[in-house]
Amino acid sequence: MKAFATLFSALDESTKTSAKVAALADYFRTAPDSDKLWTIALFTGRRPKRVITASKLRLWAAEVAGLPDWLFEESYSIVGDLAETIALVLPAPRATSDASLTDWIMHLRALGMQDDDARKAGIIAAWDRLPPAERFLFTKLLTGGLRIGVSAKLMTRALAQATGQPEPELTHKLMGNWTPDSVTWASLIEADDPGTDASRPYPFYLAYGLEDLATLGPPADWSAERKWDGIRGQFILRGGTHYLWSRGEDLMTDRFPELAQLCDALPDGTVIDGEVLAFADDAPLPFAALQKRIGRKTVPRKLLTEAPVILMAYDLLEHDGRDIRALPFADRRAALARLVARVSTNAPLRLSPQVTFGTWDDLAAARSQSRDVGAEGLMLKRHDSPYLAGRKKGDWWKWKVDPLTIDAVMIYAQSGSGRRANLFTDYTFAVRDGDAMVPFTKAYSGLTDAEFRQITAWVRKNTLQKFGPVRQVPAVHVFEIAFEGINASPRHKSGVALRFPRMLRWRQDKPVAEANTLDDLREMLRLYG
Amino acid sequence: MADVLTFTESGIYCPAGDFYIDPWRRVPRALITHAHSDHARWGMDSYLATPTTAAVMRHRLGDIAVQTIAYDSALRIGDAVVSLHPAGHVPGSAQIRVAVKGQVWVVSGDYKIVDDGLSEPFAPVPCHAFITECTFGLPIFNWTPQDVLRDQINRWWAESAAAGKTAILGAYALGKAQRLLRLLDPAIGPILTHGAVENTNDVLRGIAIPLPATTRVDTTMTAKSHPGALVLATPAALGTPWARRFGPSSTAFASGWMALRGVRRRRAADRGFIVSDHADWAGLNTAITATGAEKIFVTHGYTTAFQQWLREQGHDAHTVSTDYQGEGFDSGEDAA
Repeated sequence: MKAFATLFSALDESTKTSAKVAALADYFRTAPDSDKLWTIALFTGRRPKRVITASKLRLWAAEVAGLPDWLFEESYSIVGDLAETIALVLPAPRATSDASLTDWIMHLRALGMQDDDARKAGIIAAWDRLPPAERFLFTKLLTGGLRIGVSAKLMTRALAQATGQPEPELTHKLMGNWTPDSVTWASLIEADDPGTDASRPYPFYLAYGLEDLATLGPPADWSAERKWDGIRGQFILRGGTHYLWSRGEDLMTDRFPELAQLCDALPDGTVIDGEVLAFADDAPLPFAALQKRIGRKTVPRKLLTEAPVILMAYDLLEHDGRDIRALPFADRRAALARLVARVSTNAPLRLSPQVTFGTWDDLAAARSQSRDVGAEGLMLKRHDSPYLAGRKKGDWWKWKVDPLTIDAVMIYAQSGSGRRANLFTDYTFAVRDGDAMVPFTKAYSGLTDAEFRQITAWVRKNTLQKFGPVRQVPAVHVFEIAFEGINASPRHKSGVALRFPRMLRWRQDKPVAEANTLDDLREMLRLYG
Repeated sequence: MADVLTFTESGIYCPAGDFYIDPWRRVPRALITHAHSDHARWGMDSYLATPTTAAVMRHRLGDIAVQTIAYDSALRIGDAVVSLHPAGHVPGSAQIRVAVKGQVWVVSGDYKIVDDGLSEPFAPVPCHAFITECTFGLPIFNWTPQDVLRDQINRWWAESAAAGKTAILGAYALGKAQRLLRLLDPAIGPILTHGAVENTNDVLRGIAIPLPATTRVDTTMTAKSHPGALVLATPAALGTPWARRFGPSSTAFASGWMALRGVRRRRAADRGFIVSDHADWAGLNTAITATGAEKIFVTHGYTTAFQQWLREQGHDAHTVSTDYQGEGFDSGEDAA
């Protein structure tokens, strides 16, 4: 565990990418195979299941530390992280341990099988053998909440340095539904063929936001289509079985049972990149319709009728069992068009239509109609582009519509957690309604650290009332809130719910009297809802 | 019985002696616990402090009327008897003991109970009422022992030097910086100092407080002219053009707030050393128990929680509102 804790601190505290990659590569060169495998699993979200509830852990930690519960809670609210609070308040360990990361994970799994008394004794004994940094990680693993501030991309880069294998190949090997129990370091990383697992998806190709149209060259080199507002998915049909993966590598097959029809309609050995969309009468339904189906493992019949989904096909990655990602986009798209044309229009599959344009001005005009057709913008793809792995610049660009915005007033502030613990970063915003303030959204991103510090100092001095971690503040500061969509929501006081709200800027120039009103918000709902 | 000390809008006041302790508004007579800017403010008609505190105040505040008094010697002011006792916070720092008609009250100023190898070590003063800071008054704050700290800092410096990087350490210019200076191993490389740190060094050397050899950073200096150097700077200087002259560097902060992961990550230094000149949780509790005081006033820090904790331990604890800042963690210039 020591080596893993050292790695974690190096990653956690450095802001330099090169230092992070170097620390990881070094770990991948020296750690035992099982620890390396678990480290990859932890970095790609394959965490061990939670062994114990947070409420029991805090009780036991307070007991061992000899603290009243309220003082433990007070400490927790300052630290912002339960495992860290526990690691900090416990007395210094009286013993040491040389057990490895894998040993500790096996140990905590074994604890999970036992009754409460045995679990308590086991956990307290473990705390007493671990110095704070390792204690923190062990407790994070217990709560199933260990997240590491390093992207899978950086981890893969380090893995490439340590193993000498190309990055895209490694990215592919790490996809799919493996766990550290189902594979070994040798079978996952060292084996040559990533195609052995029929369910394994290809890494998604992701685009950056368009920076400058002028750098793209002649319009004739480019293809454009709508950027649909659903769930990006990869549909795999291999060996007679189909799989649907989300971009976040969740297997979503059972959540969208209607797509099973495609098994009969498509040839085996087909992998399609597309968008899962709620769709009826030849048009996409608002995202809110699809939202009802997200997170549902089983789908009631009623919902299947209310919000039926289709796969809007963007790209073809595997054709007749052959990986065709290296072919030019134009060729892949042509093959995809032929495939879709053979499928009945009753089947839940569409080819994402191309937006034709002669000049960039034509395209800009098409982009401005995005909201009318239920899209969030355009996707630009170079005709000759291969299908790359991960987020890359150059060949693909997303060109989203400008967000909707509204000027709102901050009325509550709450401190963040992790890197933002001790800073007030999570705000509740209101619009004016006569003399009243009606809260309608929360937002917690979009400001600079300096602005957060400035507001934090202000909140500390101007708190009207405390509700646990939440501070009520005077309605003084106006912020421009950007969001991607607006829907009616009977659950909210304001009657609306926003998509992806964030702070665009702090309008220090604007008095509260000039902030938007509830009527303005309702008008936006009428126009865009 | 009348209170020995009262809490006014100008600061902590003693009616029997007609003087203030660490006032934040202009008053005729100010007794000063230590020379940090939130305790020793400009503009008082007269000051009383230890000789070391007086020397630093003269450097910082210019031409002031200051009377000095050695530790542990009594002085009658009006109906009060006053004495100053080591607080262990920074060189010259004092707890101020005030006795009126057999009632003894003590103002801690800022303090820590571990011996930092630089400041006069903290001495508990028995009293009836103890007015204490609680900057780090939560059980999450437990400082790294000084010998472990010494190893951590020197190892980081040596590793940075070996990697061809300048080690830049951010610490408060009065107290923390000199404490760290004494922990550094000069065999590793040259020690360079930011002007604000070196000015304080000069003052302390001037009153016979020995410090290792240091070199003030000037405009000609680079990583090439001083390979393997450690630069001791104020926290605010890190990440500025001033610091960038040293080329590739490894940066570190030395602060009690470095105990918190969120703060470490936000300050975005390569390393965080958990060290403070304020008492940690155990230190506060030890100090308070040692006074034997029944009545406790908490001034700055996590006052609400700490007061509640003290009450549960059987003390008659109260919170008073002051303008003291403790150890800042987000302001560029960390008060200490």
